[in-house]
Amino acid sequence: MTASLRLRAAVVSIVLLAVFLGAWHIATRSTGTAANMSPEYAKLMGMTATQGKSAMPGPLDIGAKLWEHLRRPFYDNGPNDKGLGIQLAYSLGRVMLGYLIAVAIAIPLGFLIGMSPLMSKALDPFIQILKPISPLAWMPLALYTIKDSSLSAIFVIFICSVWPMLINTAFGVASVRKEWINVARTLEVGNIRRAFTVILPAAAPTILTGMRISIGIAWLVIVAAEMLVGGTGIGYFVWNEWNNLSITNVIIAILLIGVVGMVLDQMLARVSRLVTFPE
Amino acid sequence: MTDKFISIEGIAKRYDGARSTTIFENLWLGMARGEFVCVIGHSGCGKTTVLNILAGLDAPSEGAVIVDGQAIEGPSLDRAVIFQSHALLPWRTVLGNVAYAVSSKWRRWDRAKVKAHALKYIELVGLAGSEHKRPSELSGGMKQRVGIARALSITPKIMLMDEPFSALDALTRGTLQDEVRRICVETGQTVFMITHDVDEAIYLADKIVLMTNGPGAVLAEIVENPLPKDRLRGDLHRHPLYYSLRNHIIDFLVSRSKTFTAETPDHDPRKVPVVKIGRTEPTIVASKAADSDAPQAVAR
Repeated sequence: MTASLRLRAAVVSIVLLAVFLGAWHIATRSTGTAANMSPEYAKLMGMTATQGKSAMPGPLDIGAKLWEHLRRPFYDNGPNDKGLGIQLAYSLGRVMLGYLIAVAIAIPLGFLIGMSPLMSKALDPFIQILKPISPLAWMPLALYTIKDSSLSAIFVIFICSVWPMLINTAFGVASVRKEWINVARTLEVGNIRRAFTVILPAAAPTILTGMRISIGIAWLVIVAAEMLVGGTGIGYFVWNEWNNLSITNVIIAILLIGVVGMVLDQMLARVSRLVTFPE
Repeated sequence: MTDKFISIEGIAKRYDGARSTTIFENLWLGMARGEFVCVIGHSGCGKTTVLNILAGLDAPSEGAVIVDGQAIEGPSLDRAVIFQSHALLPWRTVLGNVAYAVSSKWRRWDRAKVKAHALKYIELVGLAGSEHKRPSELSGGMKQRVGIARALSITPKIMLMDEPFSALDALTRGTLQDEVRRICVETGQTVFMITHDVDEAIYLADKIVLMTNGPGAVLAEIVENPLPKDRLRGDLHRHPLYYSLRNHIIDFLVSRSKTFTAETPDHDPRKVPVVKIGRTEPTIVASKAADSDAPQAVAR
């Protein structure tokens, strides 16, 4: 029953995709010769004017261009012409660095907040005020103090991914069942061992949820951050191709951003499944 | 009565607030080594608080508890707790849960030794073959068996049980009571158990402590169980004193637990009356003093 449901869902997905691609193709295709003009003039004007083709690329254009990119993902022809693989690698590198720094700070701090009601209350106003700030609002301050655009982007990733992890870790640690703590206490388990053998496994699913939210936000923010700082990265690529008026490349970049975001999310979902325990 | 293994000495528990409430105060109770004591009382009388104080998980507002000559200052591996909700760690297997306790007690033991010791107790509670299952794959009764194995595995001086069987169905409860009784009789374990179930108390306990309703709960009586030590579940109700014992406890729970404090103004919490169930009328044979044998009294 489940297999057939899966199969039917897959069929529906494919049909929807085909309908979408078909509609897209029809909407953007050439409508034949629009006007008689000299061949030189027609060459100058391009197909938009000569054959009534939409300025929006069709799925076949995208497919062809995507194939071209996928065949040579790592070419480097100078600052404004790098392969998509290189651009994605830059973005992923920044995200990973900022994210890992955030993990290293948010999880221990979250533990502290979760274990100590005093710290929880004392730090709460700071968290409540800092959390809703758009990460990009930090950018000028980061640029001014760090004086390095690439590091500033990493800082922005750090600041946007730290909050969900911090809050989830604190919540997960604070809501570990009292009876599990009592088990450890009656067994005279020391504080450090208790943190690793009871609190960490008990809070792990909540912590992982926070990490998953964070990686999603970090990947959202990197595109915007790179549009601002420029130089390298998939966000810069999108903006650069917009300046080149290459909608084809913009669409390809959008697609790839989605695919990479999904892969990142699925990776954490997989880890999350490892630490989840049924009750 | 001279060998007082556990001595609860004048403990009180109060919660401060706008109106401070006293759950109980001036509570005295002694227990001998190897004794099985059940506490019966209505919800909210502070039974669980007494148990938590004995476990060291909670501190009394006043007074102290002496165990084997030493005052309780916190949780200890000498006192194992069996929790009402079994409190197994769901991310560990049955073996992992018991081994966690074993390796907490004997920190220097290597893995093989810990495992062998844990398996011995898993077998004792009849769970051999299920040691690699996780708690979520076990029934309620099996989970509580793991809880019992975990408590026994650290060879505690005292077992503290907080309504261990109340979440189980009647059949499972019966089997587990048999197991616990067998294990405790075999090992001479000292047990302090809280229960709501009169029959459970009669089957398991050597002494049944009756507690009045809270707040301001007191230990009203200590009822000595007249049934022989080698009692069998099937013969319980045939014992000539069974019904008078049962009626006495139920009378207390139904009516006297509410009115006891008002009706007995001269109740001395340091000398909780010991009740022996006789063929006719239950009689108080001795006022159990906190420190010495009190003169015999026949009164009601």
